[in-house]
Amino acid sequence: MALDRKTVIDIATLARIGIDPDNVDDYASELSKILKFVAQMDQVDTEKVEPLTHPQDRQLRMRMDRVTETDQREGFQQLAPAVEAGLYLVPRVIE
Amino acid sequence: MKWEPVIGLEVHVQLLTRSKIFSGASANYGSQPNTQACAVDLGLPGVLPVMNENAARMAVKFGLAVDAVVNQRSAFARKNYFYPDLPKGYQISQYEMPIVGRGHLNIVVDGELKRIGITRAHLEEDAGKSLHEDFHGMTAIDLNRAGTPLVEIVSEPDMRSTKEAVAYLRKLHTMVRYLEICDGNMQEGSFRCDANVSVRPAGQAKLGTRTEVKNINSFRFVERAIGHEIERQIDILEEGGEIVQETRLYDPDKNETRPMRTKEEAHDYRYFPDPDLPPMAIDETFIEEIRQNLPELPDAKEQRFKDQYQLNEEHAHQLTQSRANADYFEATAGASRGAPKTVANWIVGDLSSRLNDENLDIGDSPISSRMLAGLIDRIEDNTISGKIAKEVFRAMWEGEGEADAVIENRGLKQITDTGEIEKIVDDILAKSRTQIEQYTSGQEKIFGYFIGQVMKATGGKANPKQVNEILKKKLRAHLFTDGP
Repeated sequence: MALDRKTVIDIATLARIGIDPDNVDDYASELSKILKFVAQMDQVDTEKVEPLTHPQDRQLRMRMDRVTETDQREGFQQLAPAVEAGLYLVPRVIE
Repeated sequence: MKWEPVIGLEVHVQLLTRSKIFSGASANYGSQPNTQACAVDLGLPGVLPVMNENAARMAVKFGLAVDAVVNQRSAFARKNYFYPDLPKGYQISQYEMPIVGRGHLNIVVDGELKRIGITRAHLEEDAGKSLHEDFHGMTAIDLNRAGTPLVEIVSEPDMRSTKEAVAYLRKLHTMVRYLEICDGNMQEGSFRCDANVSVRPAGQAKLGTRTEVKNINSFRFVERAIGHEIERQIDILEEGGEIVQETRLYDPDKNETRPMRTKEEAHDYRYFPDPDLPPMAIDETFIEEIRQNLPELPDAKEQRFKDQYQLNEEHAHQLTQSRANADYFEATAGASRGAPKTVANWIVGDLSSRLNDENLDIGDSPISSRMLAGLIDRIEDNTISGKIAKEVFRAMWEGEGEADAVIENRGLKQITDTGEIEKIVDDILAKSRTQIEQYTSGQEKIFGYFIGQVMKATGGKANPKQVNEILKKKLRAHLFTDGP
């Protein structure tokens, strides 16, 4: 499967990654190579194989419904570029 | 052309757990911003989500209550999108393998029973909250809600009118509160609804293009928002236009929907299994234990109220809308000598309207079930009339004590002494020559005037049945003596 320029630009938009338009063709060809490599798996007959959701044969561990965390807002907010009244401030987003 | 609306609902139900779905932070509502957002909720590097068993339990409980398939194996997936109130850049949800599969809910609209299919119900985490006002052009983020457990319940597109959509939503609302898995508080956002709406020419099998209407956060808005969207689509189609598949936001102030994002801008969520969370396995014992502990559900309770208490359809339905209401009724009926129907009348009538006026739940009623039973007993044993009972009810509400105390203190005991009533009737008749003439000349409506006078003279305390009999007897005497 080969990726075209438009798909590469779409993926970059979804991932919020800025890419140089000059590099789009290179990305397209490199990503296509990766996909081609992975596509070898399409050769395997998976008709009777149950879909795998996790590589390890393990089950989800569950915890009791108890509050174990304490308020550490002050510490966490020291990592944030801007806070006010206990809230994290980010550039304005309105959908 | 006649158009048929097709409606499906997606309802987000916040689960009443103590802690978050994947962290040990408190899931309480209304705390100071960000004081309940721990490292896992903030999506800091190196953290690992650990599933809350109680959230799984509640999802299974719901599944069993709607006769759904409970999947013993389900999986969590990452739903990827960027928004500042979702710090990880993905929401942990369930995609291909939800915990609850196909089920159904029964609704009754205009006396007709209809089964609404439930496609699935899956577990996921809630996002935080964004505040866009008053932060000098910035957006402020509160992540207390991030990680709160949700069950998203997706219905089949089985509803054909706004009425059916409201009935389904109400039933679901009743159900989750019966199960005690959600407080159902729409204002605080613990019960949220999105609607998928399309229209098609009546009789056509193929579905029309649908839009998704978001931001419907009260029962009143559900009806208005969906109703408005149906009309908007019909208008477009009748003018020869086409419906664009898009997400629309309902604005209750303007009573309109407006586009939020079109399909082109729609998110491509790139779901994939969350590598942090292996598949969730639920064994038969776990499911069976939950099944054994299911409460009596609304439909069963409604039927039992009809059978056991001979209540009519409406009373049985209204009294079983919440467990608290139903319990109050049963406690009152059990403590009172009055007929269950009388008890139901008081609860559905006076008590409910008063609770409504004051915006109270039945649990906060100043009149307990025992007090109401006491009042009803005083009507039954003829101590007071039904009319005086309303006064006693108001006094009890205002905190004047039990029915007996109110009756005693206010001197409301009914006059049942025949001699006393006769004396009062005689006095009134002596002063009512004109009215008696009208009565004897055939104007029987004037009878109400005499009743009114007696009630006025006794402050409403005369036993109405006796007044009626005595008045009739005395007037009949006039009919023969004064008649032509």
